[in-house]
Amino acid sequence: MASIADTASAPAADSTAAEVAAYLKSHEHKSLLRFITCGSVDDGKSTLIGRLLYESKLIFEDQLAALEADSKKVGTQGGDLDFALLVDGLAAEREQGITIDVAYRFFHTENRKFIVADTPGHELYTRNMVTGASTADLAVILIDARKGVLTQTRRHSYLVALMGIRRVVLAINKMDLVDYSQEIFGRIDEEYRDFARQIGLHDITSIPLSALKGDNVLVRSEITPWYDGAALMEHLENVEVGNNSQSRPFRLPVQWVNRPRHDFRGFAGTIAGGAIHPGDRIRVLPAGTESTVDRVVTYDGDVEEAVAGESVTLTLKDEIDISRGDIITPNNNPCAVADQFETTIIWMSEEPMLTGRTYLLKIGAKTVSATVAHPKYKVNVNTMEQLPAKTLELNEIGVVNIGLDQPIPFDAYEDNPETGSFILIDRLSNNTIGAGLLHFALRRSQNIHWQALDVDKDVRATQKNQKPCILWFTGLSGAGKSTIANLVEKKLYTMGCHTYTLDGDNVRHGLNKDLGFTDADRVENIRRVAEVSRLMVDAGLIVLVSFISPFRSERRMARELVEEGEFLEVFVDTSLAEAEKRDPKGLYKKARAGQIKNFTGIDSPYEAPENPEIRIDTGSLSAADAADAIVDHLQKTGFVKAR
Amino acid sequence: MKELTHLQRLEAESIHIMREVVAECDNPVMLYSIGKDSSVMLHLALKAFYPAKPPFPLLHVDTTWKFQEMIKFRDETAERLGLDLLVHINQEGVEQGVGPFTHGSQVHTDIMKTQSLKQALDKYKFDAAFGGARRDEEKSRAKERVFSIRSAQHRWDPKKQRPELWRLYNTRMAKDESIRVFPLSNWTELDIWQYIYLEDIPIVPLYFAAKRPVVERDGTLIMVDDGRMPLKEGEVPQERMVRFRTLGCYPLTGAIESKADTLPGIIEEMLLSKTSERQGRVIDHDASASMEKKKQEGYF
Repeated sequence: MASIADTASAPAADSTAAEVAAYLKSHEHKSLLRFITCGSVDDGKSTLIGRLLYESKLIFEDQLAALEADSKKVGTQGGDLDFALLVDGLAAEREQGITIDVAYRFFHTENRKFIVADTPGHELYTRNMVTGASTADLAVILIDARKGVLTQTRRHSYLVALMGIRRVVLAINKMDLVDYSQEIFGRIDEEYRDFARQIGLHDITSIPLSALKGDNVLVRSEITPWYDGAALMEHLENVEVGNNSQSRPFRLPVQWVNRPRHDFRGFAGTIAGGAIHPGDRIRVLPAGTESTVDRVVTYDGDVEEAVAGESVTLTLKDEIDISRGDIITPNNNPCAVADQFETTIIWMSEEPMLTGRTYLLKIGAKTVSATVAHPKYKVNVNTMEQLPAKTLELNEIGVVNIGLDQPIPFDAYEDNPETGSFILIDRLSNNTIGAGLLHFALRRSQNIHWQALDVDKDVRATQKNQKPCILWFTGLSGAGKSTIANLVEKKLYTMGCHTYTLDGDNVRHGLNKDLGFTDADRVENIRRVAEVSRLMVDAGLIVLVSFISPFRSERRMARELVEEGEFLEVFVDTSLAEAEKRDPKGLYKKARAGQIKNFTGIDSPYEAPENPEIRIDTGSLSAADAADAIVDHLQKTGFVKAR
Repeated sequence: MKELTHLQRLEAESIHIMREVVAECDNPVMLYSIGKDSSVMLHLALKAFYPAKPPFPLLHVDTTWKFQEMIKFRDETAERLGLDLLVHINQEGVEQGVGPFTHGSQVHTDIMKTQSLKQALDKYKFDAAFGGARRDEEKSRAKERVFSIRSAQHRWDPKKQRPELWRLYNTRMAKDESIRVFPLSNWTELDIWQYIYLEDIPIVPLYFAAKRPVVERDGTLIMVDDGRMPLKEGEVPQERMVRFRTLGCYPLTGAIESKADTLPGIIEEMLLSKTSERQGRVIDHDASASMEKKKQEGYF
């Protein structure tokens, strides 16, 4: 435990007040620079950040005491201060000696506050680097002077360029180990510039450094007289911060509608580009309605101008309908609206991306359903080579087309990262599983009006004297799904109903004969069946679908394709032991013998329904009784008329 | 071109985070600890929803051992701003007579703070709770997300934390899960004080130096705030000019000797200080990974 803090020397009250006031005044005008550091442990990255914190006097005595103790215990500098220990956070990774997540560090100088996103350089951690880069104005890429431009240097630079960071500092570190050689520095600098140009990075500043010895970190070192550029800290203090967000067209993604009383309706959000003033003419997307800005409201009073980066509230002259997720734009410079895009996706989940599965996509303040197509290609981040791919795995990056369930306003990422970036969320785990950049729309949504037909679903259903629906039978192989579905269809037919049954046999042999049994193919299999079922419901039919359909999210996707109430999940509940005992087609035996791969219940999971509309316990109900119960349910719920 | 200052950028970010929670969560709450960070967080909430009032209540988890001046400030603040203030006390702990002098800092903090907070969150079924924690406070916090998912048992699982890119925060959660949200993540102690100064935000007078009765124990100055503090043999409270850099339970919060009785004075002292603000907190002085362990258990 540290001792009681020193009593601060008692300053004369008046001069203190004046001095501190002056100090605070100067700090009112401090700017903020967010940067990311890329490099591996071996490049001395943690040492460099530790050094920056230490040199900017942000290490307190108690922290220094802890550092001294830690340096002796687990340090790698033979008992000298190991600055890396200052920044390697969680206990587990400190022991492993690698950083495995993004850490944010803070320091400040007279002119600037800095936020450093410290990300590890290991190949597996693309995810972390992309995360750190998404909010950075500048990247510091570390190179070990002894090793020069390595594969990982190219990887880091590619990711930096991909995420739209334009300014790079090439920190050529460990110069002390190459005798501060100007020649080596020049060679690395040249080689790097050649490469950087190819990936579109042009604003490069190379600095010869020794983070360990402190050379060219804070001030220029005498040991490199041949270097006439700025030291790292000097450069960071003076480099121009502004991205060009204020010179972009005005964008306000509406985050929240503020209605404290009936005569005030404000649209709150953080300005994602440009500037806005009272009197500006605006257009609201996707609706396309127009109005004029009345007031720009803040807690500190109305303002005459608000710019990109500020969180404000707008009121308009006209009462038009605006909700969360809409974007307010200038009437003469609106963003585009579309529902299909080419994107780059960075996959961040252990579970691979599944083509055809619907994920939630959050862009700005809007969340929609998105379906991903097969990747056009994935990118080898080490060589930038384009490779064919069926899916994306953890930390893979690919170009993928996506389709949304509704059109959204957007800009291309390169035009505006804030209105052109999105995250993908898994519907079941709720995890953020991917991040993406929008490139361009595949078609303009204006062109895809559904043909409005006079003969619609209601008319067709009335003609058939029934309410259309999907009876979705799910359960293990051998549970009795098809047997029960057949009995139900027979009963409905005799009652004069119009039905159709989709099952593995009539679909796998035709429509889906190109699909196998991998997880991705199973998802696609169900997606097609669900889409066909939807068309049949639209045709007015009662559709019986009999598929193992092991994944909850696909069944949910099918449910969401049709109107509420039209999807009835029938869980044919049989234990695995019982199904395996019955084994009507001998499949379990083969699966156990390893002759069939990815067999549900054996080496592929079955996710039982949580709230099925109908549950059939085959242990207590015969197939005929089960069919009766289902038809009974359809009568009670009004899908078919009781006769 | 109008260049935003660092405080303007931090303010806009915090406001954005708060609005996102209100737009996406069903039942948010602001954990109000009465300290300077809470004061700043509350001020930002007033800004975020203006002219509406913040559309959520404040929750104070009262360990019953807070400084009396804190409680007075808390009640006056809620009254002045017309906000809904919920105060939760762990009654079981009170009945068992749990306190820092009798049970030690660890047991007291666990029962009256950590467990009590969980009780309150369960009682009101809050799905999102704003907290004033900052990443610069402690090494293990440097990697904390702005939106931090907690299990139904309020536990923090480092493996379940989601990547946060751009300004896109994922607020989706399963039933009974909740989110802790830290709008001040990117603020430093200096930012907080500068902002309090510039915006003229009211703070508890304990931050300013004044003559207060203290005793010195194990190198820490403890203020005798009420009659519950048992004095050891030979201990006589002395009137000394002291103030506090952080506020918590009075028996667990060390004072520093100081003459800084104005905001500029405090800021100057902080700029010259050689110790971090957490140094005054008695509970942090365990092993160096202790904050991380407390966080996993559900301590904020």
